[in-house]
Amino acid sequence: MISLDFGAVLAEWPQLLRGAAFTLGLTAVSAVLGVGLGVACGWARAWGPAWLRAMVGVYVELIRNTPFIVQLFFIFFGLPSLGVKLNPEIASVIAMVVNLGAYAAEIARAGIEGTPRGQIEAARSLAMSEAQVFLRVVLPPALARVWPAMTSQIVIVMLGSAVCGQIAAQELSYFANLIQSRNFRAFESFIVATAIYLALSVLLRQTLNWLGPKWIFGRVPQSR
Amino acid sequence: MVDFSLWDIFRNLLMAARWTVLLSLVAFVGGGLVAMALLLARLAKLRGAQAGVSAYVQLFQGTPLLMQLFLAYFGLALFGVNVPAWLAAALALTLYTSAFLTEIWRGCVNAVPKGQWEAAASLAMNFGETMRHVIGPQALRIALPPTVGFLVQVIKGTALASVIGFIELTKAGTMITNATFRPFTVYACVALMYFLLCWPISAWSRRLERTLRRGH
Repeated sequence: MISLDFGAVLAEWPQLLRGAAFTLGLTAVSAVLGVGLGVACGWARAWGPAWLRAMVGVYVELIRNTPFIVQLFFIFFGLPSLGVKLNPEIASVIAMVVNLGAYAAEIARAGIEGTPRGQIEAARSLAMSEAQVFLRVVLPPALARVWPAMTSQIVIVMLGSAVCGQIAAQELSYFANLIQSRNFRAFESFIVATAIYLALSVLLRQTLNWLGPKWIFGRVPQSR
Repeated sequence: MVDFSLWDIFRNLLMAARWTVLLSLVAFVGGGLVAMALLLARLAKLRGAQAGVSAYVQLFQGTPLLMQLFLAYFGLALFGVNVPAWLAAALALTLYTSAFLTEIWRGCVNAVPKGQWEAAASLAMNFGETMRHVIGPQALRIALPPTVGFLVQVIKGTALASVIGFIELTKAGTMITNATFRPFTVYACVALMYFLLCWPISAWSRRLERTLRRGH
């Protein structure tokens, strides 16, 4: 007979809350840095010099064709033998940023390449510098175009961060594991953690949908 | 003390990679079958299928694959059976794959012009005939590139099966690291193997997409 006892897990709510907060913090930092890296790489892929384009291409392909957990293990376990010692939290952030950066680069590039030529020419004819053209004319509508894809990718990275518990970064799945190792309520513990992840992913998606037009690319007219 | 040469590391990883390939194939084929059943239930407008499948997709796309693996592993154990890791991994990955594929394929079916459905209906075709002769072949063409692309996600997803103790490429990497104390080399080799497995498939998917776009 199966008997489930969620009480024993829910009694540990302070730890679950701490884990959830840490997951969100980890995601927030990684999202800001990762999207920044992605935009830089997207620029390089679309407009950069040939050698840079090739280098970024290698980076993007390497990351997109290997599992996140292997990237994380390589950074956390592999780099110390080169003398780079990282604590679990920093290693997690680096892995998430590097991972998101590669996916965000492809997304950002798609947005940048969708810019009508006339807009760039118009901006140049107003004597805007190349940096101004990119940051003020090309980037905001490009981000607006690809924001749904970017949002999905950030949610995927948040869900992927569950793996960071494996190197003892103290995020949600780490605490779920800790709780089940104390009270042996493994199934209940992971059910609760899964439900929290589901809530976090809905929350994160809503927040990003609101955040994008409000703060990141402004209310640009959607030209399609 | 056994000495591991680079070739020993590589050879052992290569052996373990077979399990990664096998698990990927099981999850991909099994997930494809489940996804097809879910899609047909949805298209045939079975009662409750719309809401049910949509909730199913939400559930699997909104939670970490790692948690799904843990739930399959400990959930099956609740029934008093001692589940081997490969079974839990295969089950979780199959369900995960099915949720993504059914959503991808729904988009492909939706991409077939509505007039095609109406034309089939006007020829008095029933649901099965419409799918087999009209919608299916057209949707299949559109579906091929993203489906092949998703295979890469499945292969990368199998890496998480290492966490519940299934000995595939990643787990083998961890074990060899513990024996050799050379994490840098070993994990670089592991990553390289995943890359060699996934990159040709990614490239193939991209080529299919280009061909499809040119055809239009």
